[in-house]
Parts: sequence; structure tokens; C-alpha cells
Amino acid sequence: MTESDRPRLSRRDVFKWFAATAAAMATSEAELFAAGPLAPAGTSSSVSATGYGTDPDLTRQYNPGDVWPLTLDASQTALLAALCDVILPADSFGPAASTLGIPGFIDEWISAPYPVQQGDRPLVLEGIVWMEAESQKRFQKSFAKLDDTGQGAICDDICNPASARPEFKQAARFFLKVRSLSMGAYFSTPAGWQAIGYVGNTPSATFDGPPLEVLQRLGVEQTVL
Amino acid sequence: MPVITSSKSQPSYDVVIVGSGAGGGQMAYTLTLAGLKCVMLEAGRDYDPVRETPMFQRPDQAPLRGVATPDKNFGFFDSTVDGGWQVPGEPYTQASEKKEEQFHWWRPRMLGGRTNHWGRISLRNGPYDFKPRSRDGLGFDWPFTYAEVDPYYTRAEMLVGVYGTNSGMENTPDSPAGVLLPPPKGRIAELVAQKYGKKLGIPFMPIHRAVLTRPLDWQTLPAKLHPNNPFAQRIVQDAMRARAACFWATDCGRGCSIGANYQSTTVHLPPALATGNLDIIANAHAREVLLNSEGKATGVLYVDKTTGKEMRVSGRVVVLAASSGETVRILLNSQGGKGIANSSGLVGKYIMDTVGTSVGGQIPMLENCPPHNEDGAGGGHFYSPWWLYQEQAAGRMDFPRGYHIELGGSRHMPSGGNPVPDDFIQGAYGTKLKEEARRYYGSFVGYSCRGDMIPNENSFCELDPEVKDKWGIPVLRWHWKWSQHELNQVAHARKTFTELIESMGGTVRKPKSNDPLEYIEPGGKVIHEVGGAIMGEDAKRSVCNRWNQTWDVKNLFICDGAPFASNADKNPTLTIMALAWRAGDYLIEEARRGNL
Ligand SMILES: Cc1cc2nc3c(=O)[nH]c(=O)nc-3n(C[C@H](O)[C@H](O)[C@H](O)COP(=O)(O)OP(=O)(O)OC[C@H]3O[C@@H](n4cnc5c(N)ncnc54)[C@H](O)[C@@H]3O)c2cc1C
Ligand code: SF4
Repeated sequence: MTESDRPRLSRRDVFKWFAATAAAMATSEAELFAAGPLAPAGTSSSVSATGYGTDPDLTRQYNPGDVWPLTLDASQTALLAALCDVILPADSFGPAASTLGIPGFIDEWISAPYPVQQGDRPLVLEGIVWMEAESQKRFQKSFAKLDDTGQGAICDDICNPASARPEFKQAARFFLKVRSLSMGAYFSTPAGWQAIGYVGNTPSATFDGPPLEVLQRLGVEQTVL
Repeated sequence: MPVITSSKSQPSYDVVIVGSGAGGGQMAYTLTLAGLKCVMLEAGRDYDPVRETPMFQRPDQAPLRGVATPDKNFGFFDSTVDGGWQVPGEPYTQASEKKEEQFHWWRPRMLGGRTNHWGRISLRNGPYDFKPRSRDGLGFDWPFTYAEVDPYYTRAEMLVGVYGTNSGMENTPDSPAGVLLPPPKGRIAELVAQKYGKKLGIPFMPIHRAVLTRPLDWQTLPAKLHPNNPFAQRIVQDAMRARAACFWATDCGRGCSIGANYQSTTVHLPPALATGNLDIIANAHAREVLLNSEGKATGVLYVDKTTGKEMRVSGRVVVLAASSGETVRILLNSQGGKGIANSSGLVGKYIMDTVGTSVGGQIPMLENCPPHNEDGAGGGHFYSPWWLYQEQAAGRMDFPRGYHIELGGSRHMPSGGNPVPDDFIQGAYGTKLKEEARRYYGSFVGYSCRGDMIPNENSFCELDPEVKDKWGIPVLRWHWKWSQHELNQVAHARKTFTELIESMGGTVRKPKSNDPLEYIEPGGKVIHEVGGAIMGEDAKRSVCNRWNQTWDVKNLFICDGAPFASNADKNPTLTIMALAWRAGDYLIEEARRGNL
């Protein structure tokens, strides 16, 4: 990835992000957290589309990109997919995040013309740049191409804002954001429902309440007969 | 639905009804079944729940996984059309810049209004609630007793279909035997709350909600509702048969395409239209009630939103049910802004909302619960009525009025937001993260106070002297202030909920502030706006009489929440329906006698 691969993020923004990281080393933790989001991204990365309006069709199926244009290019998406899969991998609970459209959802999110999403946009875009640079610095390889150990080494440093070292605080905020968005998106799919233990959204002739096993586990009785 | 355009309307009707929600819907139902010719003006667009409700749509089929946005404030799938906390082109203003002195006004723009997505909680006011001033010297008494409304509550429950149980508790009226539908089984978090609540004296029990837990008894109900009116019986029978029972899935806030819960568009309007006595004009924004030189209402001036033109529709009687705030606005804007029905000077005064505050918690014993289906009736199954009337009567409490508790917490469909707060999962990722999500899912609970607000002089609305909406109609400016009664009430609720959560071994999700003014829900946020044209015994001190009829304009009735003289902790909608039905019967009788 070269700088020109990322036209929507200006060089100045990236520089600010790294500067903030560097400055963090000299700043106390409390101050850094109080600082809140990074300076807003340059105009090149702001969103000008309109939303779905106050009367959208609720019954059709929507895909990312249907209502407003997306942002990420192939290499950014690849990095995000790799990161999402570290966060929510294929395992006995269910498939990997990238197979459930999570990177596309995050792209849709940061491209949305609403204040909350626009607020998240700089952190995600700048974080992707940081991840790639960090990976190149440590392993001379794209994050998406690293093996589990390499990806894990970086993620271990940034997975917890509370315990991350000062130079990783900002990156930890990025990680947390991607984790939080990914979880919301993952667990709202049928495969995610199974993973988290949601059962429902199917019509039924009766509602029987919690099964006996559950009542006993909690030491309660069904009081509605 | 056969909804007409302005150009197709008749030269004159018996009754012009403004608004199609709970109040307008009930009025149209009552009047058309009695043979009166009505026209209904609705500011929003036509809306068909059968075709438009996203019943089984999943969050991953919606933009942004369906989370709330400025376009859809309660999430993508919420049934609200063209509305929310703001309606584009239709602003409202605040008299004060202080946060705690502002009113938040929820408005939809659709046929059926807020009844398409309301919570369906349907509680009767009790005897105390109609005579609060007589009990504690505060606020106002209503100009009738509970006994006079009781039969209309029963009728509304029979028509709409309400599940619940009779509790026999003080000021929490029972319904006659056989009227309530069977309550749904308790969910696990509800049963756990019930068990631990009992130790603290909090009586959690089945709530009352307008959801059909079994099909309506269409063979016997119509005759009970409309004795001696075979025409009405036949139509209501068909309408009841067209509604299916709840199939125990999907969120009622999206609406219900099978008609298993109450919304005006599935319960009130279909039979009213089937009489052939109702025309509905959608996209018709009422601006003024028209009066003749004798001070009687002759019709309504409205903006046809499809053309932007001002239109008139005539009727012998006018009924306003545009939601309290909008009804006040129409009254104040009438006669070119001079206002009508306002000889008391009280139009717009005594706006009330429900007192709200919530406490959330996490309950370790609910972690790792074996997966099972808790969709249930698409909303809460349990609540606790107010249980401390005796303590208050004995002078042992520092606030005079009660609150009921609504509870949340279940293994409901993950909504697209992160199902587990970040602080619970720390640095977890990978399979460990999924284990944590599975562990914590379903272990979060929340308790909400829904309390009685006493009307006060500082909570009111008026016309803004400058700001107009996109059709040039002056908008409302709101004033708001909580009194110490409400602040003490939420402080009590917060303490109670904290004790409850801790008694279960749970931890409270710490809210940011300890100041009741910060943790009380801001005015309007519970969306139970009532008052503004209160009813009373005395024309000098009220806007409406005991029949929802304005003192000043005899053939003008107000049938939304505006005539409420108090706002009990009980959610207002069942009372709006009962009073609209009662006022409708009176209107029919008076019209027959030639008195209107
Ligand atoms: C999310 C939510 C949950 C709720 N839950 C509950 C609950 O569980 N229990 C309960 O009792 N209540 C609940 N409520 C409140 C309930 O929705 C209202 O009390 C009820 O709908 C009031 O009926 P209404 O007829 O007065 O007004 P609405 O239902 O609001 O209908 C008024 C109609 O008038 C139309 N209108 C407005 N202005 C004009 C105009 N100038 N000209 C023509 N038409 C106009 C509007 O577009 C609207 O369709 C809830 C509300 C919300 C938003
Ligand atoms: S839960 Fe029942 S009443 Fe509610 S929307 Fe679903 S089917 Fe209809």
C-alpha cells in the first residue's frame, strides 16, 4: 500500500494521528482519554450523501452501498476483513466475520451520512492506516497477509484501552470501535444468533416460557399458568 | 384502505374528525357504527400495516443493521413514518435554553399515528387517579368518578383485546370476569425479578397489553359492545374475525401485519370504513377550526399537502384528536391566530408527561443461561403496579403520587448494536470473545419508573410569535419544569431499583449523575404527552366539560389526551379510548336531540 492507494485520507490526517500517538507517550493516560476523538478528518474524507429518509421501504432487503456510496478500496477492505476475523474467527460457535459481510457493514457504517457514523469515520480510516504501517514496521508485510501469530502480536498490544501502553492508546480505541461494530453486526445475523444463543423470529402456536431446566437453574417457578 | 383525496370529499359531513390515532380512531369507530357520516383528516400519509410491516425482516437486511439514526429515531424497522423527535419542515421551539426546561415532542405523520408503534401497555386509571386533588390537595380533580368511566374501559378492552390479570390491588382496577385475555408466561428475567421483588415488597405480576393472546370471541363480543345495533354487530364481527391471534414472534413496535395487537389502522379504522360512513383524507394538515358568527364550529381549514393548497371541509360537529400538542396548536391558530375555546385562558396550559427514570443492571445468575425462545408477545409480560399507597397515606413518603415499574431484560433478538458493553469483555477477542458474548447475553436487566406527574404552572405550550412551519402556520413553543414531587419520586425509584438489582446479586450499571434533574427523563421523552385543554366542572378553570366538549364551542369535542386533568402513572392510551367512546355516545345522543 502506498499513500496514493488511499485517496480518501489525506496525508495530513495520518500525520496528525501518528503525532497524537507520539504525543501520548508524554501525556498522562487520563489526559489522553479526555482528549476524545481525533481531529476531524480532512474534507477529502467527509461524506456528502443523503440518508434513507424518514419513509424508507421497510420490507425490501438492503445491502451496503445500496443507499449511500461506500468508502473503502480493496486493500483497506482486506485489512479490515483480516482484523474482523481475528476478532470473530471461524470456530465451533460459527463462521468467520468476513463471511457474514462484516467488513462491508463497517464500510457502510463509516460512509453513512449521519453524525454518529461520521464521528466514527476518522478513527476507523486512520486506524486502518496505522494497522498497516505497524504491520509493515514489525513484519515488513501487510496485516492481511500476516499469520495468526503476527496478527495476534499486534492485536494483543491494542485490544484493551485500559491496559494498552501509551503509544498504543489510540490504536486501542480503533480496535475497540471495530470490535464493537463487528459484534453488533455479527450477532444480528442468523449465524450470529446461533453463536450468541438467540432463538426466535419464527411463528409458533404457543408460548411456553422458559423450559424447566432453565427454571430450575434459576430456582424460580413459572407463576403464569 | 379506501382513502380519498380532497377533491372527492362531500360538501358536508355530520362530523369532521382531525387525527387518526387512538382518539380519532375510537371516535370514527363509535360514530360511524351509529350511522353518522364522518370525514377524518390525517396530516400523514396513508399507511397499510398488512403490506408495509417488516414482520420477520432481520437487522442484517437493513441499512446499518437497523440501528437508530436521525431519520428513524427508534431504529430502521420501527413503524413510524415521517416523524420522530423532529418532523422535517415542521419545527417546534423551546422557551428556555436550559436542558431541564425543554420539552421533546414525538410526532409521526401517518395514518394511525403513534398507535402503529406504541408499547401497547393498556392500564386503567384507578378511582384515586380521577380525584387526585381530593386526596392530596394537588393538581386537579376530573369532573367524574372512576365508576362513570369503568364501563367504557371494559368496552375498550373487549374491542381492542387486552391480556393481563386482575390483581385486586388498591387503585389498580380489576376488569369484569372474562374480559381480559390470558396473560403470557413469564420470561426468565421477569420471573427472577418477581421472586426477588417479593422480598422487597414489590409485586411484579402480568402487565396489561393490547395483544391478542387468543382470537377475539367474535361470536359474543359484538352484541355486548353494540346491543340493539345489528348493523354494528355484523361489521364488528367481521373486523374481529379478520384479526389473528399473536404468533409469539416479532417486535410489536414494528406494527403487526396480522392485526394481533392494537393499532388504529387494524382495529378502529377497518370497521369504521366498512360502514361506508367514513371518508379519510390523508396528507391533510388541519390548520384551523372554522367558526360562524354564532361561535359554532362549521368545519376545518386544512392544507392539502399534496398540492400545498388550503382547503375547507364542513361538518355539523368537529372533533380534534391530533395528539395533545397539535390539538392545542389548532385551537390557538384558529380564527387567524386569535384562538378559540379559550375564554379560560387555559388552552396550552398544564402539559404533562409521565415521570420516567431507568436503572440498568447485570445479573450474574442469568449468565450462560441455556438458549431458549423468549420472543413472547413482542413486549413486556410483567410489571409492578404502585404498591405504596398506604405508606403515602400514612405520610411516610416524601412524594405524593405513585409510579409503576416496567421491566426489561430478556433474550430478545440482538438489534444490531453491540450486545455486550465493552467494559464486560475487556480485551477479549477471538473465540474467547464469542464465549463472553454468549455468557453475558440475556444477563442485562433494566427497570423503568413510570410515574404520576402533577400538572404545574410552568409546563405549557403557546404559539411561537415568530417561527412558522413550511406552510406558514405558527408553531408551538414549549415551557417545562419538573417540581420537587417528581424529583423525589425518581430518587425513590432509583433507590428501589438499585436495591432490587443488588438483592439479586447483580451490579448496577452506574449512571453518570446523582442529580435527579439529570437522571429524570427530560419532559416529553416518555411520549405520554397529555393536557393542554383540561376538563373540569367550571368553565372558568377548564377548557372542556365532563364530555370532552369545549365549554365555549358547543359542537367542538377534544378526544386525545389534551383534556386530561391529571396524568396518573398509568399509560394514557386506554383512557383516551375509553373517554373518546364515552364522548362519542354523548355526541350521538346530543346530535339526535338537536342540541349541537
Ligand atoms: C414509542 C412509544 C411507545 C408508547 N407506548 C405506550 C404504551 O405502552 N401505552 C400507552 O398507553 N401509550 C403509549 N404511547 C403513547 C400513545 O402512542 C399515545 O398516547 C396515543 O397514540 C395517543 O393517541 P392520539 O390519538 O392522541 O394521538 P396519535 O396516536 O399521535 O395520533 C394523532 C394523529 O393526528 C395526526 N395529526 C397531527 N396533527 C394534525 C393536523 N394538524 N391535522 C391532521 N392530522 C394531524 C398525526 O399525524 C397522528 O396520526 C407510546 C408512544 C410512543 C411513541
Ligand atoms: S408479537 Fe404478536 S402482536 Fe406483536 S407484532 Fe408479533 S405477532 Fe403481532
